[in-house]
Formats: sequence, C-alpha cells, structure tokens
Amino acid sequence: MAISLLSVLNMKNYGQQFVADHVVGLPRSGIRDFFAIVAAMPQAISLGIGEPDFVTPWHIREAAIFALEKGKTSYTDNLGLIRLRREISTYVERYFDLSYHPEKEILVTVGVSEALDIALRAVLNPGDKVLYHEPCYVSYSPSILLAHAKPIAVKTEAKDAFGIDPDRVAEAWEPGCKVLLLNFPTNPTGGVTERKKLEQLARFAVEKDLLVISDEIYSELTFEGEHTSIATLPGMKERTLFLHGFSKGFAMTGFRIGYACGPESLIEAMMKIHQYSMLCAPILSQEAAIEALKNGMSSVLKMKEAYGKRRDLIVRRFNEMGLTCHLPKGSFYAFPSIEETGQDSLSFCKGLLEAEEVAVVPGTAFGPSGAGFVRASFSTSYDRIFEATNRIERYLEQKPQA
Amino acid sequence: MIPIMNSVLELLLSGERLDSAQMSKILGLTEAEVESELSHLKETRTLLGWRAILNPDKVQDEFVRAVIEVRLSPERDGGFDRIAERISRFDGVESCYLMSGSYDLLLFAKGNDLRSVASFVTERLASVEGVLSTATHFRLRTYKEQGHLLGDPELNGDKPAISP
Repeated sequence: MAISLLSVLNMKNYGQQFVADHVVGLPRSGIRDFFAIVAAMPQAISLGIGEPDFVTPWHIREAAIFALEKGKTSYTDNLGLIRLRREISTYVERYFDLSYHPEKEILVTVGVSEALDIALRAVLNPGDKVLYHEPCYVSYSPSILLAHAKPIAVKTEAKDAFGIDPDRVAEAWEPGCKVLLLNFPTNPTGGVTERKKLEQLARFAVEKDLLVISDEIYSELTFEGEHTSIATLPGMKERTLFLHGFSKGFAMTGFRIGYACGPESLIEAMMKIHQYSMLCAPILSQEAAIEALKNGMSSVLKMKEAYGKRRDLIVRRFNEMGLTCHLPKGSFYAFPSIEETGQDSLSFCKGLLEAEEVAVVPGTAFGPSGAGFVRASFSTSYDRIFEATNRIERYLEQKPQA
Repeated sequence: MIPIMNSVLELLLSGERLDSAQMSKILGLTEAEVESELSHLKETRTLLGWRAILNPDKVQDEFVRAVIEVRLSPERDGGFDRIAERISRFDGVESCYLMSGSYDLLLFAKGNDLRSVASFVTERLASVEGVLSTATHFRLRTYKEQGHLLGDPELNGDKPAISP
C-alpha cells in the first residue's frame, strides 16, 4: 500500500528532476492562464486576440498554394530564399530608409519570435544585462532569462503615452548592460517614441556601447506621423539588429515568418544558431512572404485604415465610461487604466468575463508595470466593439466602486 | 462631386449597419452633424438608396435575372445618352452601363419568369428606335455577391480567443 502511494507521488512529479533550473524558475505566460478560463467560454466576445481580425489577403494565400502545387516542399538556404531576401532588402530600403545587403545582412526566421531568441542567444554571455521597456510583449523577459542573461525593465507610463523616457533608461543602466531591446509601436500599449527621444536613446547607446535590438513588427500600423527606426539614426546601423516580420502588417501570424537585418558578423552569428536549430524557415511561408512584399502593400494600407477608425472609437468609449485611455499611436491595442475601479487587473478581467462575457487581457500579463491596466484589441468589427464596450460600461455601473 | 474621403460616406461603404449615434461615436462628431451629412448626401443624390445584400441561395426569390448586351446606333446629338436613359426607365432594368468593346449597353435585368424577360427583350427593348441588336444571358448561379463570398465563411475555429 505504502509502496503504491509512493509510486503515485513519484508519477505525479515524474521528470521534474530533469527540468533545468532556469526553466523551473521561468513564469508561465499570464496570458496562457487567462486563456484557459476564456477557452471555457466560447460565447464570450474576445478583445484578447493578439493578431489581426483579417484573414491573410487571398493573393498571398494563393501564392502559397501555387508554391505547394509546384512542389516547393524542400529546405531552403539557411539564410532564406535569396529572392525573398532581395525583396526584403528593397522593402526595408523603401519603407524604413535602411539599406541591407541581401547576401550577408538579412536572415529569414520563423517569425520575429525566433529572430529575437537567436539574436539574444548570439550576443549574450551568461550574466550580461539587457535593458528593455515594460509593459511589453510577454516573451521579452523570459527570452532574456533563457539566454542566461539578466533582464532590466524600464517602466513606461500612461502620461507619456507609453513612449520610453531616455533619462529612465540612463538611470536603469548598470555595468554589464550589453543590449537595449526596443519595440515601437509597442504591444500591449501602442506606445511609440518620438524622434527626439529616439535620438537621445541612440546617443546613450553609443556612449555605453549598447547593441540595440529593435522589434518593429507593428511599424506598418503607425497611425500618426512616420515610423522612425532607431537604426536610421547616426551611428546606429552598425549597432542595431532590425527585426521585422509579416504577422501583424500582412495578417500572416500562422505563417510564422519574419526576418532580421543587421551587421554581417551579427547575422552570421545568428545564422549559426538558426542553422543548427531551425535550419530554415518553411519554404511555403517564404514564398507567401515574397508575394506579400511584392503586391501586399495596398492590403496593408486598407487594414491600417480600418484599424485607425476602430482605435478612435474604442478609446473614446473607454474615456466616456471613466476608464482613462491614452490614444495608442500604433498597433491594434488600446491599454486603458482600470485604476478607477479599485480592482487589480486580473480580478477586473475575471469579473468582467463572468458578469458580461467580455475578454480583455490583464495588463500584468505584460510585466508588473502593466498593473492597473488591461489590453483590449480593436482588431474587430465596429459591431463587436460597440457591444463589448457597452457591456464593459454596464459592468462598471453594476460593480460598486471599491 | 463629393470626395470619397467624406468620412460619413466612408463609413456607409464599410458595409456594417451603423446608426447615426454609432457613426457619431466612431467619427467623433455629434449626431446632428452626422444626420446633416446624411441629408446632404441624399439631397445631392450622392446616396441613392439603401439595400441589403442577400444570399440568393437563402431567399425564396423566384425572379429570373439576366445580363443583356445591347448594340445601339449612336445619335448625332447626345450619342447614346438619350436611348440609354430611355431604356434605363424600364422597371425590369436594375442597372444600365455604357461599355467599351463589342457592344454598347450592358443591362442587369430582372423578371418574374423567363417569359417576362423574353417579352421585355423582344417587345420592349428590341423595338426601341436605335437598338441594333441584343444578346441575353441568363444568370444560373451566384458565387460572390457584391464582395461577399457565398461559400462557407472563412471561420477559423482554431484561432485562440486570447493570444499574446
């Protein structure tokens, strides 16, 4: 009896002793936990989706189908198809004013996620430090930890519309900092950083000899003004890894395709990890990406226009009902404050889901500085935005203020 | 001509059914401003009317629909306009366009049954002075209606309700 009980106990934790220390300590994404609750309520209106509401434009899907029909089912060059790298080079030159050599300075990856992961692994030694701004995309801090480095969060705030304050970066800096990780427009806040502050950041990066890793996945979805990549600023191209992909702008999340551009030696170092782990990005996705870059810009602009009006609507509705919300300058996320309610982010989200069947993501999923906020995606129809915001308003009215 | 940039008009064309209150919320205008813009669009005959887009497979609609090509002999004064406007007035003609190419007018016509369309073509249309010939094509099946696919909607049930 005792023996069988022991074996059951052992069964439960079977394998646990093999998990690496730094993985044991890694937090599960807050989004995944909340997802489990939402998944049990398929009837709920979800504003929690971190991807476009649109299906990938047909001409891009059709290119993937055509490639499959033509038997394109092989590996490609580790760096990616040269035809794709040439298109990327042209595109980045045209829209970002950055010139990268297709043969040596561009690597095609499995989404920006892989690009970020291998960039960090290629440059960080154990114990190196990485500055990044927060609230931010869920994987930044864990990816840094997985590279055996130390994440140092720099808080961004609603009063700055979640743009980064370079003085705060300077304050947070400490010896051993090697990388500055940026993401503008930012998921989950839609924050951007004005050129002047980017220039100040760039000077700081040069002064402290920092490598900048810039995740520009939402750059096509910049509503006001021109998007400026920090890589274009004086002295920055040689110390910046420019990461981009097709998921958000071209609505191609499931294709898992992105790229990294940067100095040859860094791309070569990333390519080494990529070739031994991923080998290459899927060829069908690469073919679809070529079509996206060649002929997809009009679809991108159409989607961006649709997002712009939805943004105005959802921000207006949040402010009307007393949830202070800054105007996100990019992305498809609104990040209203729920401080008024006196509830913490997770309780607010759970309460809202239970009472009114609307799902938004607790701000804390994006780091501790997301406390007091929720993320609501406006990548959906007007109808659903009206219905969801009406329900949130009703929830606020019924909930006695704490 | 009213520029298509007109924000109320753009919303109308977005395809979602929105009332004035909703449009005012999206555009940051007052309801009165939206109403006045709508009246302006109607008065200037920019906005001709409202019509729902139906799936022909789902409605008990016994109408017969045809596309009719019409060749005309142009008139010295006014080219095709006078005849085209005259033909457009028939109830059964839903749309009428002047075309480039091997014929002149393209009509989208509707009738209660085959015979009524046939009699419209032979008795009314063909007999209009200036009409040289007609070619009638009956519509068999619809695959896409004004931008909407009729097949199964592209619903992706595997898309997670929450994602980073």
